[in-house]
Amino acid sequence: MRIDFVGIDKTFGKVRANVDISLTVESGVIHGLLGENGAGKTTLMKILSGYQRPDSGAIFVDGQPVSFASPAEAIAHGIGMLHQDPLDVPAMSVLDNFSLGLTNDLFPHRRQAQRALFTLCRRFGLSLQPNDPVSRLTVGERQQLELVRLLALGVRVIILDEPTTGISAPQKTLLFETLRRLANEGLTVIFVSHKLEDVEALCARATVLRNGRVTGTQEAPFDREGLVRLMFGQSVPVAVVESRASCDPVLETQSLTVRTYRLDLEPVSMQACAGEVIGLAGLEGSGQRLFMEACAGIQRSYSGRILLDGRDMTHRSYFEFRRSGVALVPAARLEEGMIGGLTLLEHFALASGDNGFIVDWESAERVARERIEQYRVVGTPRSLVQELSGGNQQRALLALLPQDLRVLILEHPTRGLDLGSERWVWQNLHERTERGTVILFTSTDLDELVDHSDRIIVFSGGRASKPVFKDEVTREDLGYMIGGVNL
Amino acid sequence: MNKQHPALRFFLGLAPMLLTFVSTTLVLVLAGANPWQAYGNLIGGAFESGAKVADIATAMVPLMLASAGMLITFAAGLWNIGVEGQMIAGALMTTWVVQSITAPPALMLPLTILAGLVGGGLWGILIGALRTWGRINEIFAGLGLNFVASALTNYLIFGPWRPPGGATMSGTLPFPRAAWMPTIGATRASWLAILLAVAAIVAVYFVLRDTRWGLVLKALGKNPQAAFRMGIDTRRNIILALVVCGALAGLGGSLQTTAIYRRLIPQITGGYGYLSQLVVLLSGLQARWVPLVVFFFASVQVGSPRLELRMQLDSSLGGILQGSVVLFFLLVNGLRRRIETMRG
Repeated sequence: MRIDFVGIDKTFGKVRANVDISLTVESGVIHGLLGENGAGKTTLMKILSGYQRPDSGAIFVDGQPVSFASPAEAIAHGIGMLHQDPLDVPAMSVLDNFSLGLTNDLFPHRRQAQRALFTLCRRFGLSLQPNDPVSRLTVGERQQLELVRLLALGVRVIILDEPTTGISAPQKTLLFETLRRLANEGLTVIFVSHKLEDVEALCARATVLRNGRVTGTQEAPFDREGLVRLMFGQSVPVAVVESRASCDPVLETQSLTVRTYRLDLEPVSMQACAGEVIGLAGLEGSGQRLFMEACAGIQRSYSGRILLDGRDMTHRSYFEFRRSGVALVPAARLEEGMIGGLTLLEHFALASGDNGFIVDWESAERVARERIEQYRVVGTPRSLVQELSGGNQQRALLALLPQDLRVLILEHPTRGLDLGSERWVWQNLHERTERGTVILFTSTDLDELVDHSDRIIVFSGGRASKPVFKDEVTREDLGYMIGGVNL
Repeated sequence: MNKQHPALRFFLGLAPMLLTFVSTTLVLVLAGANPWQAYGNLIGGAFESGAKVADIATAMVPLMLASAGMLITFAAGLWNIGVEGQMIAGALMTTWVVQSITAPPALMLPLTILAGLVGGGLWGILIGALRTWGRINEIFAGLGLNFVASALTNYLIFGPWRPPGGATMSGTLPFPRAAWMPTIGATRASWLAILLAVAAIVAVYFVLRDTRWGLVLKALGKNPQAAFRMGIDTRRNIILALVVCGALAGLGGSLQTTAIYRRLIPQITGGYGYLSQLVVLLSGLQARWVPLVVFFFASVQVGSPRLELRMQLDSSLGGILQGSVVLFFLLVNGLRRRIETMRG
């Protein structure tokens, strides 16, 4: 089936996720959709598969205008989506998950479903066991299950959102083989990814999105440099900064690894000197969050060591990290950083570290007033934190931190902030580095990484690059490394 | 925040009472009773004499103590349905102390109070450990342990603690006089028990308002994830909240044995643990409203048996009244939030 998007617009609050997107996907073709996190790929695909409705614009399937109110309607029209996080029911068996949605009869036709599952698995060389609980499958196997389920539902258009994240190399080979066969049989495959290599290996065409807009489309064989430029913008040489020859490391990791269900972080070794700013680049879910949380004592490391001022902190509790002067400012400000329903004053009282039995509201109020003024938070001690704007929440989070930290770790410190707040936040952070604080931060904005870091570590699929001085690389190099290309 | 018109706010404040009144009247009419006569009997049954008023005060004691404890756990975002078991544990510990410790008479009462606090507190530790180390939701842990506690009571009454004359449903042998709470005149009300209940609710009010721990509980209740990130030891404080609630509820259970029955009986709590959850919900989790709500619930409790005596109505009407006022209160609150979101 041929899909035409015409002038799709979608806005979430102030974020324009899709801006006037027009795009044609031919049938029988594996079409790649490339772009950074937040480029608008997933939103566009959710619109196609009925999870979301566009604000304006139209979708045509084989020339007929369509509009889906739900994923079920999209599937009825032959369009199915494989999500980045498998949307299955882990507590149930493979067969039960497979049967879900196959019929609307009161009783599932288990034997019929089992035959269908067998046939599909044999056809594509998969080895799913009907009675295994889904909770015991790997991400790759859950993906296979979801794929055969959609095929059994008769879909003719398959959308895959970042399908190669978290699956093994043989599983990836098998997936690509399966997708090529489906395309040969005339199915339309849309392959959403940020990995250049995967798109190059698999797709016949690729469209690049950036900041919610289509920046270009290429046919295979692809011009890699051109795709990188379409994804990350024009390549600009990076300004040269003074490099540090040697230092006393404040924070050091030695072959630090973390293991989780979704992603394993491969060994990271690095040393951060007093006052150094280290940027962590990479697309979301590439391992940088695991690394940061391990450095803050929130995520337990699997192997390797973490040293703080030469002291071994491996497997110490989060509270010990805090006492030793390590702090993490999360990106989810109201979920992880602050407590909705409490006032700024109450936050300052909690953060004061005073251990008296009765809260000393007077001194808390004094501190709150001082810091609110010093950090230019628009609000009063009585303001509830959820009533503050994003920029003011970020200022308040910084204001709540102790003044002399050893290590300050920030997740997307300027996400969602206006230019003024962004400048102010960085000014404050650089002031902290003058007092010797090490800063680790993540960002999806290459400019921000290059402008503010001394060194950059690039994460891709759980692998971390060596820390590179920013004068050693160009933005383009960084783009390649983020896309998983080894330089 | 309060953008609502004052008249609307006033109406919404009264609405739960009105709705309860209307629905209860409807139930009475359907049951073929004269509603006015029923309400008259309910009020008369509760307030006609000094003895009745003393009964209300007596019923208020365990309810107030359990509710004071529940304010702590609700503040921490915990639904401590195990408060019932905590009351029982306090009563059991007290009975054990009275039966097995020989102390000078003057020390007996302080010891029973201590036993109530410790018994309930230990039961709270059990629930807290299941919640934090066993990763069992406190609702299920507490509910399961409630059954254990009441089964344990029956075992003790019919087993090790049975009176020499043989076990009956009327419980253990009466406690010695040294373990009786002092009463006011010839009534059943005990001034010491009332004093303890008042002290408990006042203390909880100040703890939640003024202390660092109160603030920590509030943070924990509103966002445990962020509270942890801000350096609050969530496990320790969850257990501590359950222990303090357990201690207060346990004291309530203990007073049931020393001030009212003067022995251990099956169903020693009289369901006050479960009822305290309704009290705290109806008070909007505010300590300052708890005494009023407790007074209302206790009055209904004392007044409703008369319905059975005089009108052959089942005394469960009191329960209907208590339950529906809470339901309507929550319903109107939900409605109020919808109105607020609709207005943006």
